[in-house]
Amino acid sequence: MTAGWISRQRHLLDFALSSLGRRRGKNLGLLAVYTLVVFVLASVMLFSHAIRHEARLVLKDSPEVVVQKLVAGRHDLIPAGHLEAIRGVRGVRAAEGRLWGYLFDPAAAANYTLMVPRDQPPAPGTALIGSGVAAVRDAAPGDTLSFRAHDGQLVQFTVAGTLERDSALVSADLFLVSEADFRRLFGVPEGRFTDIVASVRNPREIRTVAEKIDAALPDTRIILRDEILRTYDSVFDWREGMLLVLLSGAILAFGIFAWEKASGLSAEERREIGILKAVGWETSDVIRLKTLEGMVISLTAFLAGYVLGYLHVFHFGAPLFEPVLKGWAVLYPDFRLTPFVDELQVATLFFFTVFPYTVATVVPIWRAATVDPDQVMR
Amino acid sequence: MLFQPAIIALILASAVSTLMLASSLPFVVRVLRRWDMASGAETQLEMERRTYLVATLLKLVLVAQGAALVLFVFNADRMASLFTGAMCAVGTLKVDRWGFPALYLHMAVFFLSAFWLVLNHVDNLGWDYPLIRLKYAALLGLAPVVAVAGGVQLAYFLGLRADVITSCCSTLFSGNGITVTSNALAAMPHGVALGLLAAGLAAVAASGAHFLLRGSGGVVHALASAAVLGIGLAAVVSTISVYVYELPHHHCPFCLLKREYGHVGYALYLPLFLGTVCGVGGGIAARTRRHPSLALAAPRAARRLVGVSLACFAAFGVVALWLVLRSHLILFEAAP
Amino acid sequence: MIRLTDVRKAFNQGRHNEFWALKGIDLRLAAGAVTVFRGPSGSGKTTLLTMVGALARPTSGRVHLEERDISAMPERFLTEIRRSTFGFVFQNFNLIKGLSVVENVMIPAYPVGLPHGRLKARAMDLLERLEMADKAEARAEWLSGGEAQRAAIARALINDPRVLIADEPTANLDSERSAQFLSIVAGLKRDGRTLLMTSHDPMVAEAAVVDRVVSLRDGRQVEAR
Repeated sequence: MTAGWISRQRHLLDFALSSLGRRRGKNLGLLAVYTLVVFVLASVMLFSHAIRHEARLVLKDSPEVVVQKLVAGRHDLIPAGHLEAIRGVRGVRAAEGRLWGYLFDPAAAANYTLMVPRDQPPAPGTALIGSGVAAVRDAAPGDTLSFRAHDGQLVQFTVAGTLERDSALVSADLFLVSEADFRRLFGVPEGRFTDIVASVRNPREIRTVAEKIDAALPDTRIILRDEILRTYDSVFDWREGMLLVLLSGAILAFGIFAWEKASGLSAEERREIGILKAVGWETSDVIRLKTLEGMVISLTAFLAGYVLGYLHVFHFGAPLFEPVLKGWAVLYPDFRLTPFVDELQVATLFFFTVFPYTVATVVPIWRAATVDPDQVMR
Repeated sequence: MLFQPAIIALILASAVSTLMLASSLPFVVRVLRRWDMASGAETQLEMERRTYLVATLLKLVLVAQGAALVLFVFNADRMASLFTGAMCAVGTLKVDRWGFPALYLHMAVFFLSAFWLVLNHVDNLGWDYPLIRLKYAALLGLAPVVAVAGGVQLAYFLGLRADVITSCCSTLFSGNGITVTSNALAAMPHGVALGLLAAGLAAVAASGAHFLLRGSGGVVHALASAAVLGIGLAAVVSTISVYVYELPHHHCPFCLLKREYGHVGYALYLPLFLGTVCGVGGGIAARTRRHPSLALAAPRAARRLVGVSLACFAAFGVVALWLVLRSHLILFEAAP
Repeated sequence: MIRLTDVRKAFNQGRHNEFWALKGIDLRLAAGAVTVFRGPSGSGKTTLLTMVGALARPTSGRVHLEERDISAMPERFLTEIRRSTFGFVFQNFNLIKGLSVVENVMIPAYPVGLPHGRLKARAMDLLERLEMADKAEARAEWLSGGEAQRAAIARALINDPRVLIADEPTANLDSERSAQFLSIVAGLKRDGRTLLMTSHDPMVAEAAVVDRVVSLRDGRQVEAR
């Protein structure tokens, strides 16, 4: 590339910027709409990606294999005897029973997730609670919370502390109790667990191990972490894709808007292009000029829209999506997503916004650029 | 079908590219039948004006397809988590028989539209549109390729179902996999692959230098460039990737693009692709100098293209050599 | 240096309002001379200027610049020739509003790709010679008629063309300004440039500096002086 080429591009860019500045009103309007489109799409994408990321964080610590007992196709308590059978399968490193369930609290009209943690369970009579629980019950360490057990008697818990975790989505509704309290509250007999989790020595053998467990314990259902991950991924992808299809109407409208803006040349603009061509600009110079103008607008709108979307989702907790979220669980509205940016997603967003804009403006730009140079003399 | 944003974007890109080309076909036919440079009639002036639109559309198609090629590979890699057994893009592409054809067609569209733009550029250098019929006839050939590429890609995406069990690169390329072509590439002995690559690069360098000095043999350089594209890709799959991963049986051409390997794949593929575009383009440009109006301009353009292609292939060679040298993996024992 | 052979130009060809603006012009224009095209409006003199100045292609006939046939050239090359050979001063000057005078002057040189500094120095030099240096940073729309014309002349000269083409240069000027314009023309002629003008102002047609007057009527040449 020669120096002449570079200074030519510089002149064109200079002229493009001043030309945009001279039609500030029109271009600011376009920029605002463009930014809005990028903002909405960026928010949707960032939000669904962040949720997916969140889910992955949660599942990272979750067990590789979960074994549940089925009775008539429904989930039932699993007997402790199954533990030995599972530990006996080759390739299983460890297996243990878990106790967990949901508790509806009429005082807060909310569901809590009750769990007996595997290590360091709270002392009997005390509980560790998630931030969401603490918020709805306005509870601080030392306070007492009481619930009705399965037999109608009151069970009391002293709050021993609240949970802080890197993912608020997971821990907000947690309510950690001791094994004895859990069994008393729900009437789960000794020797029974909610389900059994197992870890596998060699990750490549997970599938084989699962098949063996299935063969040894025909009354159980086996859930693999990878399967959950895959399901989450495809479910969220699908949701995001669905939203994009719904929003494609908006993209189309935006394309038409851009087309109209680009083809609705004012008499002044036509005259200007005519002058440029008459004094020695070539059609492709004008096309380049108009393309540069479009690029400046596109990049500005993309950057602004993306930053706004980022702030919206990660700093303001996506208030525009709050209604959707509220339907999910009462305790969730106040969580903050972990910021997460992904190259593929940025590239896709670019495709969804800049590409339609560019396509919509090609023909109008060409029309404008092929104004007859002799029209200024007529 | 998987309803994914990137997939929708890719389908959108091919659909729009196909539409843009299809919509210019009536004009192409008109040019082939009615073009008369000597005429000053308004219909002729109108046609000349339309050529600017077609050229701009093709530029847009090239940019879109280039971006789509990257997005396609990127997305295939990302989707691997959806398929049991797939660990990277190869696994995703192996899900059904349309995956790899879709990739190859993407590449074909990219190269063909780049060649067309070279032809267009050279044509614009002549004062009488010397190549106008040739380049518009070429469009008649390019349009179906773009359409078929879009169709195959659509078939691939429509056939995707999450959790289809597929094989991945470790088994696919390990020598006992299923496909013939990829396997033949992967099974190529390291010495043969590197030897062929060195020979190919030498041929490119020799033919390019000869062209720059003597001004002849542009077509030889074009053929050598096209050959190096194939040899280079084969060498990447069979040998260079092994050096990068430092695993004797990992032959994946896509993992190179990942962050884990410092995106080093871009440093290999970009010069290789650009070098091929410029090398073949230089040959195309050199062929056109028999037109009187291009007698001066075409050789000049061809020299510039060949120069760029030489620089690109040199860059590719240097990067490949560096990857081999810095690797801790030893495939060849030093001669006694 | 410019030769026209049987040049014809049609507008709206093949439609019901087809109109032939030029109906066969044969003309030779000498280098270094000042030529005025005269005729009533609609006589085709402006259309003729666009053919001569490579702004448009004739529907039929040939236009030669030196030995080169430019009548069937694609726009791309026509533009290059126009940019390097011809400078234009339009009837209503056609400066771009919102830009400063010096920016307006530089515009024709942008596609050439000169470094910005050198280009600006050349533009300032031209403005200086036309006594417009103090207005260089003024917005184009703030200029008076005479100033706008001198800015337009500077713009026409930025690529150092051999031929300057002016369309009705005195139509928007009073007599004093017209006289000033003619003295600029005399200066350009002394520099060795060729000047082509259309005008129905007798003051221009009868000026001493003019070498030749070509009269047109209904797209045909009627007499020549």
